[in-house]
Amino acid sequence: MFSLVAFIPRAVQQGVPLLLGSTGETITEKSGNLNLGIPGVMYVGAISGVIGSFFYEQSVPSGQLNGFLAIFIPLICALIGSFLMGLLYCFLTVSLRANQNVTGLAMTTFGIGFGNFFGGSLIKLAGADVPSISLSATSAYFSKSLPFASKTGWFGKVFLSYGFLAYVAIIIALICAYVLKKTRVGLHLRAVGEDPAAADAAGIDVKKYKYVSTCLGCMIAGLGGLYYVMDYACGVWSNDAFGDRGWLAIALVIFTIWKPDIGILSSILFGGLYILYLYLPSGTHTEYKELYKMIPYIVTLVVLVITSMRNKKEDQPPKSLGTNYFREER
Amino acid sequence: MENREVAILLRGITKSFGDVTANSNVNLDVYKGEILSLLGENGSGKTTLMNMLAGIYYPDAGQIIINGKEAVIRSPRDAFDLGIGMVHQHFKLIDVFNATENIILGLEGKLNIKEAEKRIKEICDKYGFEINTKKKIYDMSVSEKQTVEIVKVLYRGADILILDEPTAVLTPQETEKLFNVMRNMKHDGKSIVIITHKLNEVQSISDRVAVLRHGEFINDMKTSKTNAQEMTDMMVGHSVSLNIERPEPVDPKPRITVENLTVVDEEGLVKLDDVSFTANTGEILGIAGISGCGQKELLRAIAGLEIVKEGKITYIHQDGRTEELLGKSPREISELGVKLSFVPEDRLGMGLVGNMNLADNMMLRSYRNGKSRFFTEKKQPRELARKVVDKLQVATPSIDTPVRLLSGGNVQKVLVGREISSRPKVLLTAYAVRGLDISSSYQIYDLINQQKKRGAAVLFVGEDLDVLVELCDRILVLCGGKVTGIVDGRNTDKYTLGSMMTQKGEA
Amino acid sequence: MEQKVKEPRYHIVKRADISGKEAWIIRVVAILSALLLCAIITMVCTGDNPISIFATIFKGAFGTQRKTWITLQYVAVLLIISLALTPAFKMQFWNVGGEGQVLMGGLAAATCMITLADKLPNAVVILLMIVTSILAGAIWGVIPALFKAMWNTNETLSTLMMNYIATQLVAYFTIVWEVPKGSGKIGIINQNSNVGWLPNVGNKYLLSIIVATVVTIGMMIYLKYTKHGYEIEVVGESQNTARYVGISVEKVIIRTMLLSGAICGLAGLLLVGGINHTITTTISDGQGFTGVMVSWLAKFNPIAMIFTSLLIIFMGRGASEISTAFELNQSFADILTGIILFFIIGCEFFIRYKIVVRKDLGKENA
Repeated sequence: MFSLVAFIPRAVQQGVPLLLGSTGETITEKSGNLNLGIPGVMYVGAISGVIGSFFYEQSVPSGQLNGFLAIFIPLICALIGSFLMGLLYCFLTVSLRANQNVTGLAMTTFGIGFGNFFGGSLIKLAGADVPSISLSATSAYFSKSLPFASKTGWFGKVFLSYGFLAYVAIIIALICAYVLKKTRVGLHLRAVGEDPAAADAAGIDVKKYKYVSTCLGCMIAGLGGLYYVMDYACGVWSNDAFGDRGWLAIALVIFTIWKPDIGILSSILFGGLYILYLYLPSGTHTEYKELYKMIPYIVTLVVLVITSMRNKKEDQPPKSLGTNYFREER
Repeated sequence: MENREVAILLRGITKSFGDVTANSNVNLDVYKGEILSLLGENGSGKTTLMNMLAGIYYPDAGQIIINGKEAVIRSPRDAFDLGIGMVHQHFKLIDVFNATENIILGLEGKLNIKEAEKRIKEICDKYGFEINTKKKIYDMSVSEKQTVEIVKVLYRGADILILDEPTAVLTPQETEKLFNVMRNMKHDGKSIVIITHKLNEVQSISDRVAVLRHGEFINDMKTSKTNAQEMTDMMVGHSVSLNIERPEPVDPKPRITVENLTVVDEEGLVKLDDVSFTANTGEILGIAGISGCGQKELLRAIAGLEIVKEGKITYIHQDGRTEELLGKSPREISELGVKLSFVPEDRLGMGLVGNMNLADNMMLRSYRNGKSRFFTEKKQPRELARKVVDKLQVATPSIDTPVRLLSGGNVQKVLVGREISSRPKVLLTAYAVRGLDISSSYQIYDLINQQKKRGAAVLFVGEDLDVLVELCDRILVLCGGKVTGIVDGRNTDKYTLGSMMTQKGEA
Repeated sequence: MEQKVKEPRYHIVKRADISGKEAWIIRVVAILSALLLCAIITMVCTGDNPISIFATIFKGAFGTQRKTWITLQYVAVLLIISLALTPAFKMQFWNVGGEGQVLMGGLAAATCMITLADKLPNAVVILLMIVTSILAGAIWGVIPALFKAMWNTNETLSTLMMNYIATQLVAYFTIVWEVPKGSGKIGIINQNSNVGWLPNVGNKYLLSIIVATVVTIGMMIYLKYTKHGYEIEVVGESQNTARYVGISVEKVIIRTMLLSGAICGLAGLLLVGGINHTITTTISDGQGFTGVMVSWLAKFNPIAMIFTSLLIIFMGRGASEISTAFELNQSFADILTGIILFFIIGCEFFIRYKIVVRKDLGKENA
């Protein structure tokens, strides 16, 4: 039977990678950069973490993993990998002023290829008989739930049963929301995304803001990839398993009308929609689950169209989204 | 010269954009505690020069010395650090932010809106501004936006203020208010540079005046020791007696009647208010007014490009048949057989496509013609392009050159050439000689006069009153969207026009 | 005040104009450097020398007659999709929804093949496939265009969403029609009767190539010599100018996206009816996105697109040959393609701008 207590944790686990991805993309888009490379970035984040932890697990006799290093190494690897992707995107679009759509799509091609290539190579290296690679020891550290989770009944299950990255995701989203709304940095970032020429005239270093927010955004999104493989997938990497979650994260940005705090609940909603088909009454034709998976995209499209119909200035995409800025342009 | 401290020294400043030289070897001094007028015609490089001080552009060569120290201004932030603040003609404000957020944008330190609002209020009280700090920019009128811009500069404690044509959008009362503020700031020891091409403003506000012409520095002098004639001479290079030809209209008959035209823009501002007039054949009807008083909307409405709230625009054919133009698209108007040409103000953004070559730009008006329904006819536009280049002496490498690579005057010749090639019955022109050199301007006047002699009804929106007075048969004066009068061009002078332009029925 | 005066060493200015020849030299240099980097990476991964690596790449794309045909067929499909997107891009409408439009075209074709196979004669089925797939692609393309025209909805985002709605629709029908039940796949449709299989022209590869040729020439003429093409260019350059000369921008957007979607639908038809004879959610294999890059790299020039699509397919197939030969992963191709794309994307900067080193450098006080 349908049990909300069982459903919510699963929705949350689905939602966390989306939340990280969309938070990262939101702060990127707030700077006017439409980074369609986020799906690729999340792949790179995931595989970088996998590579790091794979070699760490290999180098230490089994069972003697240092808990701190087991978390720290993949975390750092994922952050570096996705940071480099962000840097590449910024170099091409901000410094070299390349078209953002084209650059982003090329990054997605590259990132997914990168993930699958190294994933495939590691699988070969590990010599497993299944086409996947399992890092269950590392994963155990990542998915360790909070204390009392099992002792506090439904409360623990719904609120305390997640790995630390899930809480990190929520904290990051809250911080981003706070920074965007309440701080000077946020004000400047929003100004850059709305009207870089005006921001520039006000003395804001447009390039710096674009670089920092995009690279930071990529790193946050990269964590989403890491969470997926280490926590959600229990440390099992198999090629293409991450699927279209990166695009779903971009959809979530629109759905939340560029507000990371709305993203927290929305990502759980999206996560829930994503797995809703599992809860269809038995006997339902399996094909309907595919239609259920369509819901997040349709909802997002509807939100996009409605916000443009209402034309409320505050709810629009950042005005300069997708365009590059060059001061001496005239 | 008095022995006063120098705030800004510019030496040998040169800046070019592609092949166009905007400033060449300019030297300029600004002293502390003075108001300097930077005078020059449109396109003389005033704004570009000041943008280099504001950090928007970077000079190709030359030295900038601020308060005795050589300075490198790479960005607006550098400019702020040097105490330079500029209020641009096109406001650099973020639409979705409110006044406070815009004013404190770019500053450092902890964000404290309350504190900022307090300081803004102090500044406003000190100089007599009025600002609603919570109001979003997209809800503001032009003069409110300008106030925000000026307060923004003051908030940063700028010692050197640059105002780029600040009065263009203001009512006379607002202008007077602004001038008072400027005088207050001067007494505080601040240096102010005001970019303008209006001589009366130079005389009423500034201590000194510096003149630029074609990107070059011509001279500077004390305002009290010069006069309008001398300044004009320096601006235009030689003494102007324009001597524009004005043939007598031949058999003028009504061609277009506009009745009770009212236009309200998207933001609900009334742009045209109950405008009525008649434009006759064989006659040039001048339209005068401070910029932003509805000239643009008037021409756009006649051309079928404006959403009109109410009124009538009637076209009268040669044989007396009439045609209502209102509510019709430009295409429907031309399909009615109404030959209407329009030389818009924004040449490369509207009249022409910068990235297309001359021949393809000729096609803009005529591409729907030709035998085939589906294919374009390329031969005629090419011939037309060649003809225009020949007849109007357009300086271009070939007719396959993208028009964005041509100089301003040549761009305008291409545009006007195309618009008159269809032998229009009605010719609308907006600021047809803006930014053009003298000889190109005369060529344009000639072309317009030719159309008049052909019997076209010409509407000439202009900003130079001398030109309006010498070129036009009748002049309609707009002020704040209302018609304040229609005068005979032969029996008026620019002072009459000037006073009509500034009398306002209501605030 | 201890203000440090530091002169910027260089600044960037827009090139007034650049000759076509210079521009192509820059592009070729970029591609060569990208190939060099690819070669180095491959060397590191495989330990082989670069010449044999390039020989392997070439072998992968053109090694045998069959491989050559397959390569050309791939090029053809990618080219059609890229051409389909081009008019939209020229009008500055970022149609990244090619993926969905292709899928919908394919789905329409597959629907005809499956549901009408034993009801109508083959020729009628094929005719219906052509009509419905083109129509389906067009509809999928025009929906975001309508949003754009009516409410100025951001088209990059809306077309992106439409892709996944299409993917899930295909996924749904895949299971409805799966053969055998539970496999999650449709398998080859009408394997015995071959109803709805597009006819072989010469050999089974040539049909797509012919269609691609026709579409290329057609698109070139459409963009360059027709009134529609002219309107697209004007709208793309300046909507203000378009309105000024009486072009209805909304109408042009809708009309162009109908065309763009229709040609994508045609590509879907070829993929389903002519090449794979089945449909899967991955049948377009990201080419709706690759097409964006192909079209952009070619500066929206249909003829140049032949070369850009060839380059991308060539590298892709060559790299997958390397992966087979050296037992690397198939995704190696994506990495190499990515690197080449980054170089070409980056090199456009040097075509549009030049870096000017300040002349009076060194005259300053130290």
